[in-house]
Amino acid sequence: MEIPYVTQPRRDTGLYNAKVGIWLFLASEVMLFGGLFASYIMLRVGAPEGTWPTDLLDVPIGTINTVVLILSSVTVVLAWSALKLKNFKQYRRFQAVTILCAVTFIVIKSFEYREKFTHYDVVLVTGERVDGHLKERGEDEQGEEYLVLSHPVSYPAVNGIAYRPEAVREQKKSGQIDADRRIAQSEVKSIKNWSPAANTYFAIYFTMTALHALHVIAGALVIAWIWGPGASLWKTDPERYINRVEVSGLFWHFVDLVWIFLFPVLYLL
Amino acid sequence: MSGHSPEEVQLEKKRYLTVFYILLVGTVVTVAAYFVELPWQALTVLVALIIASVKGFFVAGYFMHLMDEKKLIYVVMGFTFFFFLGLLLLTIWAWADTPISSW
Repeated sequence: MEIPYVTQPRRDTGLYNAKVGIWLFLASEVMLFGGLFASYIMLRVGAPEGTWPTDLLDVPIGTINTVVLILSSVTVVLAWSALKLKNFKQYRRFQAVTILCAVTFIVIKSFEYREKFTHYDVVLVTGERVDGHLKERGEDEQGEEYLVLSHPVSYPAVNGIAYRPEAVREQKKSGQIDADRRIAQSEVKSIKNWSPAANTYFAIYFTMTALHALHVIAGALVIAWIWGPGASLWKTDPERYINRVEVSGLFWHFVDLVWIFLFPVLYLL
Repeated sequence: MSGHSPEEVQLEKKRYLTVFYILLVGTVVTVAAYFVELPWQALTVLVALIIASVKGFFVAGYFMHLMDEKKLIYVVMGFTFFFFLGLLLLTIWAWADTPISSW
């Protein structure tokens, strides 16, 4: 039995069914990310003044990823146009670039995550807080463990609350970047890396960006399947194939749209 | 969008490239605004969100073809936008709804 309305629009909606389906799905996705954006606003507004972390993320890296996603969005829509003009080869080239952009985005993101997981926040017994990238760890001649942090930022913790943004601003203004800092185990009161458990900022950052990255992976897999094994449909039912490309493209643009808001909110503000 | 003639598609291709350049410029402006110290933090937030919204408009309007869609899609997305705004604004409103203002 033939499935109805896979290419022909329904008389009541004026659309083929998959298109109605993807838009309903995107509506639910808007609410999913909307809930997370609302959580972000609540956490940020609720943080004591001067304590919400800023300047923790790499802006140039985030900018590169933004450009990568924008490029992938335009190649998706150009690929669809190529199919409408019955140019399958050109479609293949454009979608190959899209898939490459998706892989690039994920690779860059994973490097970014690694940077965070190897960045340590140390509270010293003196009450001072130091954070920096783990450069080295080992044991000295006396058998005491130590670690060396590169590009450290140090600042006092007042009543257990760390005013890091202020310390970073002062450091930037003075143009001074501290030399590597060696910290012995006996100096350390507590230590944790910049994982989701580090603070509310990283909790919401990892939740939102990881969920977005999962969308990138899922979208790329669907596009790659249509581009590769699913391409045989082009020979048997080209209209249906074009519709599949359009529907997967709509999802991809949504992924780009979410990043357009995530980038300034998490990296710049 | 399935009934487009080749001429229309050719015209749209040019439009997609224009939108692509607009999005690139928008990204540069967003990052540039980050490096410029504006007098108030609220202004920085406003500028960043306005630029993001403009970029979002171009992606949704042209890449996702929302400028030229069927009524049903507008109805679905209209309701979604309404509830999305409610989600954001009601949480902010609830923030102020505490018995003691300093909480």
